[in-house]
Amino acid sequence: MDIKDIIKPENLVYQKTKLMTDKTLSYCPGCGHGTAHRILMEVLEEMDLQSETIGVAPVGCSVLAYDFMNVDMLGAAHGRAPAVATGIKRCWPEKFVFTYQGDGDLAAIGTAETIHAANRGENITIIFINNGIYGMTGGQMAPTTLEGMKTSTSPYGRDLHSMGNPLKMSEILAQLPGVYYVTRQSVHSPRNVRRAKKAIRIAVEAQRENKGFCLVEIVSNCNSGWKLEPVRANEWMEENMFPYYPLGDIKVDGKLVVNQK
Amino acid sequence: MKELRLMKGNEAVAEGAIRAGADAYFGYPITPQSEVMEYLMAEQPEKRTGMVVLQAESEVASINMVYGAAGTGKRVMTSSSSPGISLMQEGISYCAGAELPCLILNVVRGGPGLGTIQPSQADYFQSVKGGGHGDYRLLVLAPASVQEMFDFVFTGFDLAFKYRNPVLILSDGLIGQMMEKVELCEQRPRNTTFDQSWMTTGKTPDRERNIITSLDLEASRQERHNLHLQEKYRKIEENEVKYEEFMTEDADYLFVAYGSSARICQKAMQLGRAKGIKLGLLRPITLWPYPKKPLAEIAPRLKGILSVEQSSGQMVEDVKLSVGCGIKVEHYGRMGGMIPSPEEVLENFEKLFIRK
Repeated sequence: MDIKDIIKPENLVYQKTKLMTDKTLSYCPGCGHGTAHRILMEVLEEMDLQSETIGVAPVGCSVLAYDFMNVDMLGAAHGRAPAVATGIKRCWPEKFVFTYQGDGDLAAIGTAETIHAANRGENITIIFINNGIYGMTGGQMAPTTLEGMKTSTSPYGRDLHSMGNPLKMSEILAQLPGVYYVTRQSVHSPRNVRRAKKAIRIAVEAQRENKGFCLVEIVSNCNSGWKLEPVRANEWMEENMFPYYPLGDIKVDGKLVVNQK
Repeated sequence: MKELRLMKGNEAVAEGAIRAGADAYFGYPITPQSEVMEYLMAEQPEKRTGMVVLQAESEVASINMVYGAAGTGKRVMTSSSSPGISLMQEGISYCAGAELPCLILNVVRGGPGLGTIQPSQADYFQSVKGGGHGDYRLLVLAPASVQEMFDFVFTGFDLAFKYRNPVLILSDGLIGQMMEKVELCEQRPRNTTFDQSWMTTGKTPDRERNIITSLDLEASRQERHNLHLQEKYRKIEENEVKYEEFMTEDADYLFVAYGSSARICQKAMQLGRAKGIKLGLLRPITLWPYPKKPLAEIAPRLKGILSVEQSSGQMVEDVKLSVGCGIKVEHYGRMGGMIPSPEEVLENFEKLFIRK
């Protein structure tokens, strides 16, 4: 049997969403960004929201997210995406507005913008990729870097006494009354991808129903920055990141989840 | 019938924003410009025109809210005073790079640092020579009356959309706080259509997706973008210079001053003329583009030029660049929130040019 006999419409079981462009992803092999982009775009396609969507890209590895996501997008200054999204949403309350941000962007330089957008209950959706490191600039320490973790600016490991503690932004944000939905997911296994996509769907639907601020944190890997092979990076993530950043819902329907660690 | 009102400069800007059909204002309190947002909040423009007003958590957030709304084609503005405008420089540079039309008001106070809340004109360099990073220009309008505070909101929005460029109204604590009679014009409608081809309002099937960004990692393309910006700035310099002349026809000496200093110089000019000194005044209304040509044309007829600013002498550099070396150009100014009186300006003019 020739390959041409197999590639037929009736044999199609899965295809790339039209909301992803054909541009080759600029991410390192093994990185979670591509999957996170894809499931977000799949949700928007399934909900027929392409013409209603305005996205905001951050500064960081996903600075070029607009090259891959086939929706109208703005590139924000480092950390300012929630303010940019606020400006858009206040003028276009009927549109779907999201930001896509890494941990350096959201939890360091943009902490004020993030917390205040959440506290105002801005009706926006944030996809927050947390890999505990600054990837694009070459693996520097992030606010989310774990204790003892080696990075190019913590070459002897993060020392909590002099470098501070890894910041749990999702738990902080969940405390605020304006926040409707906060969850922490991952995209390193098919099961987790399905769960993360479901979470994104909840966050998108909530915005369409004007429920308030929603954030989906995706704990992800950075094999390049962590100096690990992709498979090993995922194992390391399970062993080290998940105990500190436990997966699961943190706030649902505006209420804190009780058994949250 | 004329609609006349006695207003503060800052209030005139706020009323101007509503009547100019602004879609949104994002701001953060700072003296001496807080009346802008106070007036807007009290006026509830949401009910009058549907205009959005939001108090942001910082000036950094304000300008980025402006960036977001401007990227979707909305007519949007912010205001602040010197330290707050410093905080906005990153966002202003991004707006310039991404070519977003927006309006920014700076009610200047004395610096550097926290400085003082009293009037100053010490932000001239920041306003006309860049401010933030990268090769960019803002259109800079300098109102000298409360009426112009109102009018320049309209002019500012028009220019911003004409050139897809941020426009800065460079006022000062004196113009912002003083009260004068203002003639208000009629309400302009909101949601007037501009060229919508570039705006990020949601990708429809009939067009490619729109992207608002100032980033291009490919050097040759980034250079092309820079060349495009420079070409736009050249057109602005060609077409948008605005200035006002007073008694320049027979003048031996010329004051050059903008904003509140121009008002002071107008009186100083009259005092000088009463003493038999033929003084004139040139008031730049656009500080960028600067009225280089008119200055160069008047200069050969003059014995000297005094640039008067509430600064250590910033604009005087542009006066010198405009007129060349053939004529004596001096600066007189006060700093730190001190405002010179007309008598003081005239006396110092005489010291510098008459009594040698």
